[in-house]
Amino acid sequence: MSVDLSQFIPSFLEESFEGLELMESSLLDLKAGDHETIHSIFRAAHSIKGGAGTFGFESVTEFTHLVETLLDEMRDGRREVDPKDIEILLTSVDCMRLLIEAARDDEEYDEEKVNQTTRQLAQTLVNEDGTGESSASVKNSHNNASASDNDTEQLSTFKIHFVPEHNLAKTGNDPLFLFNALADLGELTTIANTSELPALTDIDPQELYLSWDLTLTTTASEADINEVFEWVEDECHLEITKAGDDNSAELAQAEQEPVEVEEPTQESQQQSSPPLPVEADEVAQPADIQKSDSKPKAKAKVEVSSIRVGVDKVDSLINLVGELVITQSMLSELGSDFQMDKLERLTSGLEQLLQNTKELQESVMRIRMLPISFAFNRFPRLVHDLANKTGKEMELVIKGEQTELDKTVMEQIGDPLVHLVRNAVDHGIEPSEVRLANGKSAKGTIALDAYHQGGNIVIEIADDGGGINREKVFAKAVEKGIVEPNSTLNDSQVFDLLFEPGFSTADQVTDISGRGVGMDVVKRNIQSLGGRIQVESTIGEGSCFKVNLPLTLAILDGQLVKVGTETYIIPLISIVESLQVDKELLNKVSGDMTLYRLRDENVPILPVYQLFGLTTDFTEIDNALLVVVEADGQKVGLMVDHLLAQQQVVIKSLKDNYQQVIGISGATILGDGSVAMILDIPGMIQMALSSAQTNPTNGKLRQRNIREHS
Amino acid sequence: MDIQDLAVDIPAEGEHAMEGIDFITSGEQYLTFLLANEQYAVDILCVEEIRSWEVPTKIPNAPGYIKGVINMRGVIVPIVDLRLKFKIGEANYQETTVVIVLTYNVNDSSRTIGFVVDAVSDVLNVETNEIQNSPAFGGCVQPQYIDGLINVGKNVVTLLNVEQLQKVEQHAATH
Repeated sequence: MSVDLSQFIPSFLEESFEGLELMESSLLDLKAGDHETIHSIFRAAHSIKGGAGTFGFESVTEFTHLVETLLDEMRDGRREVDPKDIEILLTSVDCMRLLIEAARDDEEYDEEKVNQTTRQLAQTLVNEDGTGESSASVKNSHNNASASDNDTEQLSTFKIHFVPEHNLAKTGNDPLFLFNALADLGELTTIANTSELPALTDIDPQELYLSWDLTLTTTASEADINEVFEWVEDECHLEITKAGDDNSAELAQAEQEPVEVEEPTQESQQQSSPPLPVEADEVAQPADIQKSDSKPKAKAKVEVSSIRVGVDKVDSLINLVGELVITQSMLSELGSDFQMDKLERLTSGLEQLLQNTKELQESVMRIRMLPISFAFNRFPRLVHDLANKTGKEMELVIKGEQTELDKTVMEQIGDPLVHLVRNAVDHGIEPSEVRLANGKSAKGTIALDAYHQGGNIVIEIADDGGGINREKVFAKAVEKGIVEPNSTLNDSQVFDLLFEPGFSTADQVTDISGRGVGMDVVKRNIQSLGGRIQVESTIGEGSCFKVNLPLTLAILDGQLVKVGTETYIIPLISIVESLQVDKELLNKVSGDMTLYRLRDENVPILPVYQLFGLTTDFTEIDNALLVVVEADGQKVGLMVDHLLAQQQVVIKSLKDNYQQVIGISGATILGDGSVAMILDIPGMIQMALSSAQTNPTNGKLRQRNIREHS
Repeated sequence: MDIQDLAVDIPAEGEHAMEGIDFITSGEQYLTFLLANEQYAVDILCVEEIRSWEVPTKIPNAPGYIKGVINMRGVIVPIVDLRLKFKIGEANYQETTVVIVLTYNVNDSSRTIGFVVDAVSDVLNVETNEIQNSPAFGGCVQPQYIDGLINVGKNVVTLLNVEQLQKVEQHAATH
């Protein structure tokens, strides 16, 4: 009868985190008298509590119970919703997340924070709650915990009076399973009370009319018994008495009371789930608690990464595969008996095949796509907290949260975005007095927007604050020795200075931002995703950071180039321009370094054949082509033999079966089935730099090449 | 044909051996191949496939015995020329030149590498006690790649360690 519950833990965790997110966002929106929102917060908390109980995460259950009690009072209108309570509830949500994460990783959690929040919660409940009922339950949960410690070893007898509600069976519960679970704990005697049984003609077979008196002799604690009844505690009247200990009976009863109120959530939740697994969960539970406790750490750490995919996306995929099959059978029929007069049908069939594959590729990509709201969701809370901390008034406007983005990109863009939003709050938005004095509304606005542009997604983080002081940035850059005092820079060049390491214009370092660590990291992170960041700012009106990212990391737009016999792919995003060399613009400097004058810039030339040790006929600069690429602000000209087509390529890793190769970011398979390497521009520049630094090898390399080609 | 007749057609055990096929008795099976005139063997369970030589795509600045990578049904597979790696014979590429693709699983992850050899020769059945330790001296093949020697008639077959072979480029990096 025992079911391995641990297989459900990942989905419980996933649901819990979703629940917590829902709680958080609803709490931020919560206004007094908004019953619907309170209900949904309560439902989320209740599900987490129930699930945690099932899986034996006691710390989560205990804590959530307190939260639930507070929410329950709000729901029943016994308590007004005031901002202070919302603050406490938000902290509680953090604690719950902490506890669930600790339970997931089987690790210690920050007990102090949890204890402090528990105290705050308990205090709120005691102070403003006339009945004192919930504070009793606070004590109870503690008593229970300590009781379970004492009772584990010795054999004791419990008397259990169990009166289920008539509709217990409708929620998918069966007393027999409960009794079986109890019998697993120890020796059980059951006496059924049939006094409420109606006449046979009046019986509704779906209703329960019995009640039971059970006697259980066991080594298990009262808490264990309570757990057996966990899922039915809201649909029954339960009294557990330890033989010769009347006191605990009262406690147990007291604990049931706060939650004994009719709870639509519990019912609806249980009805929606198929009845059998729920029962199985219950019965297996006592045995399984120990199992999950003693689980080795390493196993618990394994994170399951999964995506939830909408059925519509899967359906469209199935449709497309269906079409592909039809096209395939059409073509093979055509091929089995082909004559030249069917050529037209063949071409149209191939065209159809092309269409099908393209659509199929797009829909497969869409499966990896998630709406950017997953990344945006954390910002309401962040801005709320930051507003409290800084004392500035502001609101957050989110647009385009349905814009879809690849999951991998999403995971990596989260932190840089947080940084940008923090900056906007701290540096961008001015205090209310300043705003009013400047004729703006007291409340600042931070706007997040996301939209598609070509094959890219653009994320904008805009504020209507003071804007970036161009002169101040410039002065700071001169002070730090990043630019020369007399250099002339245009606006965007000045704003780019913000991304220099160690740059901060904040007069005061706050604990939110201003230490100058970060913007360079933000830029690096975005660049490592193949994206770029731009700044626009008008003084007095605000600033806007535009982050441009590729939609996916799996596919890349590339320019195919030929060097010797090899074909290489240069990512289109890093190409500035491709040109034929004008001899007059070539300059030799520092011995053997060749520079190309591109308008006012001098671009060093990197012959790809030399860097990669290839043989080619195009060793002279004047008959080769130059592809000017840019990475990390450095432009270089890659010398190649020919430019071929531009095409989208699917990135394959070299690391799977080989290892990382310097100067190569991956490989791809071309239309003819051959493999082509994708160039890693920053890596190649690094390669050239390091070979320039170790001069002897550089010389040797050059000599070898000269020998090979002479 | 009736099912009864079919049953009669199947030779009873030991009655008449099937010609040309050595029936698997016990022990391990090894694939043997030639490098110049020397015979080598690898565990047959590691062999993913045997394919003919095709010119691979070069990997920039890789050691000479790593010929490049090929596309094997969408998987990028590096190609190592064992003759160059072990410095045995000449590395010329003819129609009989073959690539043995080996896959080896280490803790959940598997690596697939193709090895260029002169020719594939046979499948050997070998009992564990027939594998002898190799002498610890001489030879171009570093001892870490060798698992033992097997006597086959008058010839000696060198049994190679697939696990070490799959780390071939890591060794290159440290050299």
